[in-house]
Amino acid sequence: MEQVIDIVLLAFMVVTALAMIALRNLFAVVMLSGIFSLLSASMFVLMDAVDVAFTEAAVGAGISTVLMLGTLALTARAERTPRRNSLLPLAVVVVTGAALIYGTLDMPHFGDPQAPIHQHVAPRYIEDSPREVGPPNMVTSVLASYRGYDTLGETTVIFTAGIGVLVLLGARVDRRRCNAQAARKDAGEGRS
Amino acid sequence: MRLHSILRTMTKLLMPPIMLFGLYVQFHGDYGPGGGFQAGVIFAVAFILFTLIFGPTRARQVAPEWVTTPMCAIGVLLYAGVGVATMLLGGEYLNYNVLAHDPHHGQHMGILLVELGVGLTVWAVMVTIFLNFVERHDHAALDPGDGAEDGHV
Repeated sequence: MEQVIDIVLLAFMVVTALAMIALRNLFAVVMLSGIFSLLSASMFVLMDAVDVAFTEAAVGAGISTVLMLGTLALTARAERTPRRNSLLPLAVVVVTGAALIYGTLDMPHFGDPQAPIHQHVAPRYIEDSPREVGPPNMVTSVLASYRGYDTLGETTVIFTAGIGVLVLLGARVDRRRCNAQAARKDAGEGRS
Repeated sequence: MRLHSILRTMTKLLMPPIMLFGLYVQFHGDYGPGGGFQAGVIFAVAFILFTLIFGPTRARQVAPEWVTTPMCAIGVLLYAGVGVATMLLGGEYLNYNVLAHDPHHGQHMGILLVELGVGLTVWAVMVTIFLNFVERHDHAALDPGDGAEDGHV
């Protein structure tokens, strides 16, 4: 039964991806990318990775879609039809995809207990985290305690993203004055 | 948006449950799925929904810039500060065992604080990014010369 759901979800994802390539209306593409995220969130639920599914549904299907719609409001609604033919990009994509699929042939099967990832630090987390850290949700123990440095780094990345947007789009800055200053600076560089 | 009374009423009805769910995800991350990242995003979604229906001017009244911008940094500083506190108490950086007399309580407190830091930063950054996009759009609409220049590169 679960295999049937897997196949149906994957088929939906393939159809969504193909539709995103074919469509030129960017509004529809953004909506489809939200649907794609929701489908992958369902995939993660099937794989029993509820924390990842939660993040994917909240960030991928929720916030990203809204932010891309916000971007669309600032730019154009439709994608221009490319004038050059796209044979070379297609070849690059096909070769990369084939290499990735070739790479998966060597990977251990999903849920294989002998897989290297289940033999490295995972047994220690499973056996010792209730005693050492405590929370029943082991994902939280790993994220916040064992891998505290990584999560600090991730939070810093989010912070940097926010600062980047503030610097680029900061609404408080008087844009006219900025433009005038930039123009003066350009003129000055032109003279020197 | 003055005419969409169904949307406005539904937004007002939905905002409290969304925020409550965000807080639940934030402080219940030890026991169920979730944590600071998801909670921050869900909490931000309530503000984004509000902005979509009532516009950025009213959204800035509930989430003013002097709150959201410093909050981006306060979350990271809270996280990093927990690490400094553990060092001052004689442990390694981010070793929560030393925060309380019982290592389990220390771990619990440390995780709660760093998750709170993550949640604050994620919430503030999401609201900041979204409101800046929206305000930029309004700005471009008022000043077509600027918008046309930047909008169609």
